Amino acid sequence: MAVTPIKFYQTGSFAVGGRLLGDDQRSVQSDRERINSIDCGHRACQGCGEALGARYALDAAMRATGNRMVAVNATGCLEVFSTPYPETSWRIPWLHSLFGNAPAVATGVAAAMKAKGRTDVRVVGQGGDGGTVDIGFACLSGMFERNDDVLYICYDNEAYMNTGVQRSGATPAAARTATTPAVGPEPGAVFGQGKNVPMIALAHEIPYVATATVADLRDLEAKVTRAMEFRGARYLHVLVPCPLGWGSASHDTILIARLAKESGLFPVFEAEHGEIVATSKIRRRVPVEDYLRRQTRYAHLFGDEPRTDVIARIQAQADRNIRRYGLLGED
Amino acid sequence: MLRQIEGSKAVADAVALCRPEVVCAYPISPQTHIVEGLAELVKSGELAPCEFVNVESEFAAMSVAIGASAAGARAYTATASQGLLYMTEAVFNASGLGLPIVMTVANRAIGAPINIWNDHSDSMALRDAGWIQLYAETNQEAADLHVQAFRIAEELSTPVMVCMDGFVLTHAWEQVDTPEQDQVDAFLPPYEPRQVLDPVEPSSIGAMVGPEAFTEVRYLAHARLTEALDLVPDVADRFAEKFGRNSGGLVRAYRTEDADTIVLALGSVLGTLKDTVDELREDGLRVGVLGLTCFRPFPAAAVRAAIGHAARVVVLERAFEPGVGGIVTQNVVTASPATEIHTVVAGLGGRAVTKSSLDRVLRAADRLPPLTFLDLDRSLIDRELGRLAAARRSGPTAENLLRDLGAVASRIG
Repeated sequence: MAVTPIKFYQTGSFAVGGRLLGDDQRSVQSDRERINSIDCGHRACQGCGEALGARYALDAAMRATGNRMVAVNATGCLEVFSTPYPETSWRIPWLHSLFGNAPAVATGVAAAMKAKGRTDVRVVGQGGDGGTVDIGFACLSGMFERNDDVLYICYDNEAYMNTGVQRSGATPAAARTATTPAVGPEPGAVFGQGKNVPMIALAHEIPYVATATVADLRDLEAKVTRAMEFRGARYLHVLVPCPLGWGSASHDTILIARLAKESGLFPVFEAEHGEIVATSKIRRRVPVEDYLRRQTRYAHLFGDEPRTDVIARIQAQADRNIRRYGLLGED
Repeated sequence: MLRQIEGSKAVADAVALCRPEVVCAYPISPQTHIVEGLAELVKSGELAPCEFVNVESEFAAMSVAIGASAAGARAYTATASQGLLYMTEAVFNASGLGLPIVMTVANRAIGAPINIWNDHSDSMALRDAGWIQLYAETNQEAADLHVQAFRIAEELSTPVMVCMDGFVLTHAWEQVDTPEQDQVDAFLPPYEPRQVLDPVEPSSIGAMVGPEAFTEVRYLAHARLTEALDLVPDVADRFAEKFGRNSGGLVRAYRTEDADTIVLALGSVLGTLKDTVDELREDGLRVGVLGLTCFRPFPAAAVRAAIGHAARVVVLERAFEPGVGGIVTQNVVTASPATEIHTVVAGLGGRAVTKSSLDRVLRAADRLPPLTFLDLDRSLIDRELGRLAAARRSGPTAENLLRDLGAVASRIG
């Protein structure tokens, strides 16, 4: 696959992942030979966490596979904003079939490559939280259980953003969406059991499971690179804030992702063969309120009568994560 | 090679001779023996290279086939009934993406009430999916049609469904002449995809298309499917040249030249119909049979040419559209509007279609109402209709009917 060296523009000292560093320390994004999997000109919103996450993840996967990779995409923002006919932003072989079948389609591609003896060509499946956590879940679990040679990446923006912000199985408690309105005594999404797909993936004991956020892109690249070292089913769950759906400022995407991690609400870890092997520790612990306040989807918690009770419940969830995953480094 | 063999096994062997590279399997009666046969061939190494993928649902089965086909592999799966409906979204998607997947449908009724026996409700429900639909009359035809199906699918970049009657064919043991590998290899060239997922030449497959071009895309799908009206008989001819057997094509006429009544049907019931017609002919009745091998695309011209001279046509339907009537009938009416056409719904949910019933209906062909249900138990219906009239409520109709029949289940409790 032909690679056109990418031009860098000086926009700040950290603009493209430390390109002033030595070659061995450079990120995939600061490599002039990176493939640029999703080209510029796509139609994602300003500050879209998914577009950012997908480009970093796929470029890293391309580098790890020597540019021999196929991407399979579930229906969703990523597919819609990247392929409006007659244009496409994909510079890699890319297939979209349906909303709920991306893991199975990826299995099909992997099976075809295996039958053809082209084991050098690797497969990445990707989808949002709706396509992964809800409608595509059976296919995902089937792919895990068979241990098909696919890296599946879920870009989790915690609701159905492509259809106008409706609740998904990944929507957190108390968040306002179009189908969990901020009205009544328990506004927003209800507190429930939640659906923790990284832990469910872990329970399948597949070779590699990891979570990441777009706040730490070097970590995201490293995890994709590590994932491609394994054969078999791998799962990467990336938190990608959505300015439109979360009601946050476009320039706050990275900050909000960082606050999700630093508050303990989104634990970042790595697991191999069913065991957690690394946890990304909280560097400067923040109360969940710092995270919640920056998003209008939680605005109803901070009105004239602040819902300190609800905020306390969310804080308790974060505290539980901190205990459960040892996020403070006090193992 | 002539062998006494089960229909499913004959199909599994024929599919294996076509060298599929990815086979997906999810069990559902009466399709199971087909993928079991293929599992055996793959596991034993007889069919190689081939990836046999055991999936968690029919939806996944078609999805895996989609991924495999888009990546340039020859892909196959088989299903029936609820399974076909469960994969419906992906079935439409496969044709929209122009992927030449071949799938066997072991025809079976759709519930509720649940029923595992044969009729055509499943494949007929998917008649608008953009797939070519071929219906086998015998197990020989079922085996041969699969070999032709891969060729047709790959020449047109359109998926093909080979429909064979569940149990009646899939589980029937009869003599089948299984083709030889070198014959099939000479007939079926390797799959060359129209577009393929290839890192050397990346392409985007499955892009989003807005109103400015969607109509054109759909028109092209229609144009490609209608090309099959020339290709299907052409492939059948080429198959006959190579294998010395006539199986396939659009339609098959039996004693229709001088017939004033023609019965039109699909699938295994054609055998019974031909026997019935032979007997009616002995009594001087001028009856003929038109078998439809290709239902999608609908071969309107061939049907019109075959039935145009007859006084009437009786369409024997193995599925129907509640609230409307005959599915095949409507296609026949469009093809030949001037012909008098009657619909006879027969053999739903595996009810036997007997020669005596067919004989009775065909002798009265000129007096048939537009819609007839063969061997309908009127008394059962009248009792339930009476109950419904007495107390308008939704209720367990099937259970009431069972009680009237004195079926065992109704006696429990």
